[in-house]
Amino acid sequence: MTAPLLSVQKLSTRFHTPRGVLTAVNEVSFDVRPGEIFGLVGESGSGKSVTLRSLTRLLPYGATIDGVVLWQGQDLVGMSDTAIRKVRGGQISMIFQEPMTALNPVLPIRVQITENLKAHTDLDSSGRAARARELLDIVGIPDAARRLDEYPHQFSGGMRQRAMIAIALASNPKLLLADEPTTALDVTIQDQILNLLLDLRDDLGMSVVFVTHDLGVVAATCDRMAVMYAGRIVETGTVTDVFRGPMHAYTRGLLGSIPRSGTERSMLLSIEGTPPGLASIPNGCAFHPRCVFASDICREKRPDLRPLGPDRAVACHHSDAVLAAGSVLA
Amino acid sequence: MTALPRIRLTRLPRPLIIGGTILGISLILALFPAAFAPYDPLAFDYGALNQAPSMAHPFGTDNFGRDVLSRIIHAYRVDMQIAIFATVFAFSFGTIIGALVGYVGGRVEALFGRLVDAIITFPFLVLVIAIVSVLGPGLINMYIAVSVVGWVFYARIIAAEIKVQKRLDYADAGRAMGYTHLRIIFRHLLPNAITPAVVYWMTDMALAILLGSSLGYLGLGAQPPAAEWGVQIADGKNFMSTAWWISVFPGFAIILTGLGFSLLGDGLAEVMRARK
Repeated sequence: MTAPLLSVQKLSTRFHTPRGVLTAVNEVSFDVRPGEIFGLVGESGSGKSVTLRSLTRLLPYGATIDGVVLWQGQDLVGMSDTAIRKVRGGQISMIFQEPMTALNPVLPIRVQITENLKAHTDLDSSGRAARARELLDIVGIPDAARRLDEYPHQFSGGMRQRAMIAIALASNPKLLLADEPTTALDVTIQDQILNLLLDLRDDLGMSVVFVTHDLGVVAATCDRMAVMYAGRIVETGTVTDVFRGPMHAYTRGLLGSIPRSGTERSMLLSIEGTPPGLASIPNGCAFHPRCVFASDICREKRPDLRPLGPDRAVACHHSDAVLAAGSVLA
Repeated sequence: MTALPRIRLTRLPRPLIIGGTILGISLILALFPAAFAPYDPLAFDYGALNQAPSMAHPFGTDNFGRDVLSRIIHAYRVDMQIAIFATVFAFSFGTIIGALVGYVGGRVEALFGRLVDAIITFPFLVLVIAIVSVLGPGLINMYIAVSVVGWVFYARIIAAEIKVQKRLDYADAGRAMGYTHLRIIFRHLLPNAITPAVVYWMTDMALAILLGSSLGYLGLGAQPPAAEWGVQIADGKNFMSTAWWISVFPGFAIILTGLGFSLLGDGLAEVMRARK
C-alpha cells in the first residue's frame, strides 16, 4: 500500500455560537492516496463540506479545529497562517459548487488565473500569459486567447466551472478539493466536467477529494468513499465494495434512493425523517430514529467505526444484518 | 457625422451626457481661462464701476470696475481645484480605511462605528469652520479641514459594501487560493464594492464647491482679491439692491457646476447598475 498523500486523523470542527458549541465534524479520520479520487458523501448538514473546508482551515471566524491533517509531513491544523497560505491554492486547491459566485464578477478570467500564478509561482508576466492560455486549453475552453479577456458573465455555466478549475490548477496542485462542483450544472454538462476531472487526475497525477450528495457521481468518478452522517463517518470502503454490499443501514438507504434504469419499474425507497440538527444529535447511534434495523443497543450505545479490512470500516451494531439484507442495487 | 457615434451616445444615460458636457466645458475653462475671459479678472477700471450687463460687459462690472464674466471664468480654476482637492484625499483615505474596517469587522468595526457617530454628530460645516479657524484661513487649510471630516462618509459606505462582498463565494475562493488578506481586500473585493463610493464622490464634489464658496464668502477659503465664486458673491452682497449682477452670476456658476457633478454621479450610477 502506498503512503497516503493526505492523512486526516480524528478531525473535529466546532462552531462556537451564542447558543452553545456545535460539533459539525466529529473525530473524522481518512487517508487520501496519490492519484486517487476520494468521495465524501452525505445529506445536507452531514458535515461533509465542513470537513472539506477544515482540511485547509477555510472556516469562518469562531470555528475551532482539533485533530491532525498530515500533509507532506506537516500538520495543517497547527500550521502558521503564512505557511498555510503557501499550501492553499499552490499545493492544495479548491473548486466550488456555484461557479458563478465563486468567480470574481468584475475581473477578467486572465486576471483571476494570473492572481494564482503571482501568489504561487516565479513566472514573469509573459510566462504567466503563456500558462494562462495553456490552462484554458487543458480544461477544454476553446479560443483561449480571446476568452481570457472575457468576464465570468460572458461564460456559460459549464465554461465557468472549467474556468474555475483552470484557476485552481494554475500552480499544479497535488490535491484538488471539490465541493459539489457539478451540483449546479445540468446533467450533460455535469458529465463533461466529471470526465474532465478524471482526465486531469490521470494526466496530472493529482488526487481529488470529492464532496457530493449524488451517489451516481460517486459511482462514476471515485475510487474510495466515506459516508458521513451527523458529523461522523459511518461507513468507508472502495466504491465497488460499498455499492455491492453496504454494511450501514444509512448507506443502504441512500443507495435505495437512486433511480435506476434497465430494471423493471420499481419502488424508489426513501429514508424516513430528516437528518438531525447539530444541536440535537440523538444519543447512541445518531441514525437510530430513522433506522429500520434499530434495536435497544442502538438507542444506548454509539457504535465505533470498526475496521473490517485494509479499506473497509463501518459504524453499525447490526452491520451483519444490513449486509445480509443485501444491497438494494443487487 | 456617421450614425455609429450617435447610436453609441444615445445608449448612454442622458444625465451622464449632460453632466459630462457641463464638466468638460468647466474643465476647459479652468485650464485655459485667459483664452476665454475678455478682461483681466483683477484689473480695476474706475471708469466703469457697478455697470449693468451690456455688450462690453455681458455680466456687468463690480464695485472696482472688474469684469464679472472674466472673474467667473478665472474662478473656474480655483473652484474646480476645490472640487477635486477637497474630496480626493477623503475619497482615497476613506476607501482604504473603510475596506479594512469592513473586512476585519467585529470589535474594530464597532469602534469605527462610534468614531463615525462622534464625527457626524457635529454639523459638517460647523466642524470644518472650527478646524479652519484653528489652522487659519486659506485653501490648503480648507482642504485639510474637509478631508479630516469627510473621509468617514466614504469609509462608512465602503465598509458596508465590503461586509456584503466578503461573505460571497469568490472571497472564499480567494482564501482557498492562498491569497493574502490585503490582496483579497484591495484586488478582489474593492473593485466590487467601490461603485457607490464613486457615485457619492461625484455628489461630494458638487457639495465641495458649495462648501468652498461658503467658506470663501465667510472669508475662510480663497482670499480676495482672488477670483472665486463665493468671494465674488460676498463682494457683491453690499450692492444687491443696486448691482445684483455682481452676486447673481457667480451664483449661477455654482449652481451649474454643482448640477454638472450631480448629473454625472446619477449617470454613472445608472451605467454601473446596468452593468451588473
